[in-house]
Amino acid sequence: MRNVWIIAKRELAGYFATPLALVFIVIFLALTGAFTFYLGRFFEAGQADLEAFFRFHPWLYLILIPAVAMRLWAEERKTGTIELLMTLPVTTAQAVLGKFLAAWAFCGIALALTFPVWITVNVLGEPDNGVIVAGYVGSFLMAGAFMSIGACMSAMTKNQVIAFIISATVCFLFTMSGLQLVLNFFQAWAPALIVDTVASLSFLVRFDAVMRGVIDLRDVFFFISLIAFFLFTNVIVVEVKKSA
Amino acid sequence: MSKMIVLEKLTKRFGDLTAVDAVSLAVRRGEVLGFLGPNGAGKSTTMKMVCGYLTPTSGTARVLDHDVVTEPMAVKAAIGYLPEGAPTYGDMRVSSFLRFIAQVRGFDGAEIGRRVDRVREMAALDEVFDRPVETLSKGFKRRVGLAQAILHDPEVLIMDEPTDGLDPNQKHQVRTLIKDMAQDKAIVISTHILEEVEAICTRAVVIAHGKLLADGTPEQLLRRDARHNAVVVKLAADRAKDIVAGLAALDQVAGVDALGDPVNGTAAFRARPRDGASIVLPVGDYLRSNNVTPEEMYVERGHMDEVFRAITQGEAEA
Repeated sequence: MRNVWIIAKRELAGYFATPLALVFIVIFLALTGAFTFYLGRFFEAGQADLEAFFRFHPWLYLILIPAVAMRLWAEERKTGTIELLMTLPVTTAQAVLGKFLAAWAFCGIALALTFPVWITVNVLGEPDNGVIVAGYVGSFLMAGAFMSIGACMSAMTKNQVIAFIISATVCFLFTMSGLQLVLNFFQAWAPALIVDTVASLSFLVRFDAVMRGVIDLRDVFFFISLIAFFLFTNVIVVEVKKSA
Repeated sequence: MSKMIVLEKLTKRFGDLTAVDAVSLAVRRGEVLGFLGPNGAGKSTTMKMVCGYLTPTSGTARVLDHDVVTEPMAVKAAIGYLPEGAPTYGDMRVSSFLRFIAQVRGFDGAEIGRRVDRVREMAALDEVFDRPVETLSKGFKRRVGLAQAILHDPEVLIMDEPTDGLDPNQKHQVRTLIKDMAQDKAIVISTHILEEVEAICTRAVVIAHGKLLADGTPEQLLRRDARHNAVVVKLAADRAKDIVAGLAALDQVAGVDALGDPVNGTAAFRARPRDGASIVLPVGDYLRSNNVTPEEMYVERGHMDEVFRAITQGEAEA
């Protein structure tokens, strides 16, 4: 655990050593604001909740999280530091977990900095703060799921742009899989079991429920097991790639 | 336990390519082993396997009696490793990079500062200590990599081309550092700078196409050169012809070659020894007995380059 913490600390400091952290946080805050107040019609809706705010998170994450995740492993492979890291007394699993936690914590920081929205809605009305907390927890869990996908894809290539595109695509599939658009494609030929499975993988459907204040343990379990699955795959990818 | 690194039929294949082919080798405490070979010979691959980065296809390596396949963590903890090109995290400052390494190496509290200060002094990093690594010159980057490798004062130190791309002064610094540490460690360096082998290695192995081709002290390798212990003599051109014939007739001399045409009445030639034995005394005696005073006379040590080419190209043709 000590090694995980040391690696996470180094990685997180790495985000703030470059303008990346600042750029990401500013863009994230600007876009959440713009989406909430213009597309989400926060004021016009006249409701004391943050649905208009949370509704756009999956779409923001779709682009922004692969951008944060893409450097995690691709950069190490490109600069050769992976050879340094993997010959230090650190296991691959510790490195994978440390890097993931740092990137996830970074998203958490960005998410926490949206607190003015929460203040605003409390000033303007009397929202159900339990629902809002649920929304934040759900959004953070979903960010973790996106991040684990991005980290895993980043380990597959030494090119950060490719890592970005692949992880954005995979994230897109997970986001969209519950929509009728995707399900129609499967319904034509696949048995109901497969259609249900695909539908159940959807981030949108899961997040929709959480956003309304319903923290279903199954949804929490879904995001956590998805993170675990992609981190496990990440370990395997790192191991396979370094010996090839 | 004097054998600190043991390679047992260490083999690595990438698809059809056999990068390292059943290399067996042992390195003892106090040895500085030079790992020589043309580019692509398998030097780096071998080192990466010993350090636990690559998994061997077959065979194994043991470092301080820890098997790299079954106990990779113990091996990684014991080894100091400088990867090729000395990669470091460019966005970190030298100080925080070394502190990070110290933490990963398991040091705590004040010990971190002591360790970092020690290598900062050893690698002469004072003036760049608070600068981001990516802004440093190549020489300093290399020294940061070196500092990282010796931070935990490892008994086994493996360095892939530690002086590659450095200027002569920087090379000298790195070599001095390696020599100073050599006594109580087992050190392996790879290089294709052959003078380096003579300068710091107590033993050299030559590897090409993944196979171990030669193993010995630099002196023993030099002996493989036909010109090892050859004597070059320069004397007045008018006496040269008899003397050359006379020298060639000596038992210990294998042959005499003229070195170009006479210049300004001075002829130069090289007497090659039989079996690499020293022939400076018989040649000197012969000249004296013939009342010839040479203008110049010296013993050649042989050229590592020649030996290297003979060994590695011979293999390529076979």
